[in-house]
Amino acid sequence: MEFLIVFLVLLAILVFYVIGTFNSLVKLRNRVRNAWSQIDVQLKRRYDLIPNLVEAVKDYMEYEQETLQRVIEARKTAIDTSGIAQQGAAENMLTGALRQLFALVENYPELKANQNVMSLQEELTSTENKISFSRQHYNDMVMTYNVRIEQFPANAVAGTFNFGHEEFFEIEEVDREVPKVDLR
Amino acid sequence: MSALPAGERTLGGFYAHIGANKRKSAALVLVFILLVAALGWLIGEAWLEEGLGFLGIFGVVAIIYSLVAYYAGDRMVLAASRAKQIHKADDPELWNVIEELCIAGGLPIPKIYLINDSAPNAFATGRDPEHSVVAITTGLRQKLNRDELQGVMAHELSHIRFFDIRLQTLIGVLVGLTALISDIFLRSLWWGGGRRRSRSGSRGGAEAVLLIVAILAAILAPIFARLLQLSISRKREYLADAGAVQLTRYPLGLARALDKISSDKEVLEVANRATQHLYIVNPIKPFEERAKNLFSTHPPIKERIARLQSM
Repeated sequence: MEFLIVFLVLLAILVFYVIGTFNSLVKLRNRVRNAWSQIDVQLKRRYDLIPNLVEAVKDYMEYEQETLQRVIEARKTAIDTSGIAQQGAAENMLTGALRQLFALVENYPELKANQNVMSLQEELTSTENKISFSRQHYNDMVMTYNVRIEQFPANAVAGTFNFGHEEFFEIEEVDREVPKVDLR
Repeated sequence: MSALPAGERTLGGFYAHIGANKRKSAALVLVFILLVAALGWLIGEAWLEEGLGFLGIFGVVAIIYSLVAYYAGDRMVLAASRAKQIHKADDPELWNVIEELCIAGGLPIPKIYLINDSAPNAFATGRDPEHSVVAITTGLRQKLNRDELQGVMAHELSHIRFFDIRLQTLIGVLVGLTALISDIFLRSLWWGGGRRRSRSGSRGGAEAVLLIVAILAAILAPIFARLLQLSISRKREYLADAGAVQLTRYPLGLARALDKISSDKEVLEVANRATQHLYIVNPIKPFEERAKNLFSTHPPIKERIARLQSM
């Protein structure tokens, strides 16, 4: 009789453990998915801010039309591209073009005195940072989740209920070079 | 890069620091709880027939105190500090810096306050991320560049996301409890109160020894409790520094900010001993000078900078 009670208690503990671990894995996996969609939110912010910046600087920077044009085109390409690797590459090109534009703004004192331009620059800088941080957060969530499904004994629960590995956000080797933008 | 003393080196960057500090503070809190329980038991055994009578009263007082501090603490501290709430339009750079960190940490954006004081300092308060507040002085806001500001804010947000304010409240209650128990016990001895269990002569000796031990414990316990509290506070500061690096992945930002703050000699006018543990650096200057000893709420700044540089 006592043996039966002990067995039932142990069984109950096991069941609670499995339920608890399952729910925990569900929570972690959803955090990963949420973090992924947050990256898109920040990317769209950048797309929306860029036309305002180009408008604001256009009249002052008559001699820099090529750079401005590159920014506009890089933005369009990034919006139209799909597929994680290609989009990453297009985003990198846009970052590069924007960086060139910011470097040019340094040469125009009238622009530096312009409150609109400066606050737009702060917004764009912040948006670039937010894109980075949201990717960092995504990778952190992926790591937490992957560690959890690999560790014992949670890996048994993960395997049984098909919790698969999530992928880190990575820039491919060939895209690590930020392309040089000509300043002519 | 300054070298760390051998006992303090931790491999594995900020993850290792975070893990180590969380374990150490958990251990310290456990020691604390056991000590308070032991003190209460000891006094109950030595002196009182119903140990629970006194402790019951203390428990009620402590719970009321902790609830008040927990729910209204942030408003009380802000009112005392002459702080003004900041929205995005008031200071876009500060707002953006904090918003970026909240994205990195998956946190909701806290209320942001600016304190009109030229002494450089910052603090965080609030029981959990959904009810959190960060504040910074105008003095510090003007001194730091974007990266340094982000390092400081990352430190403050880490206090929030590691629930340090909640922990400090708990510790404060335990320290208060310890002091109350000891105080009432010693005063009751003085006034000859309390009930004695009637014993036969042969048991009288053990009874007296226990009483002496209880008296010693009652005198030493509040001091020891305070030392424990300060030790926990220092560990959590190191933890918040490591947490800041986890958010920014840029330890030099915070290191440079700490360096700038430490070279400023001005004393923060609105801080006092009750709130000093909430600030990023100890605002009561005399403590900073003898900060290597056991009586400071914050670790010495040079140590903090050295650890950051090693991450």
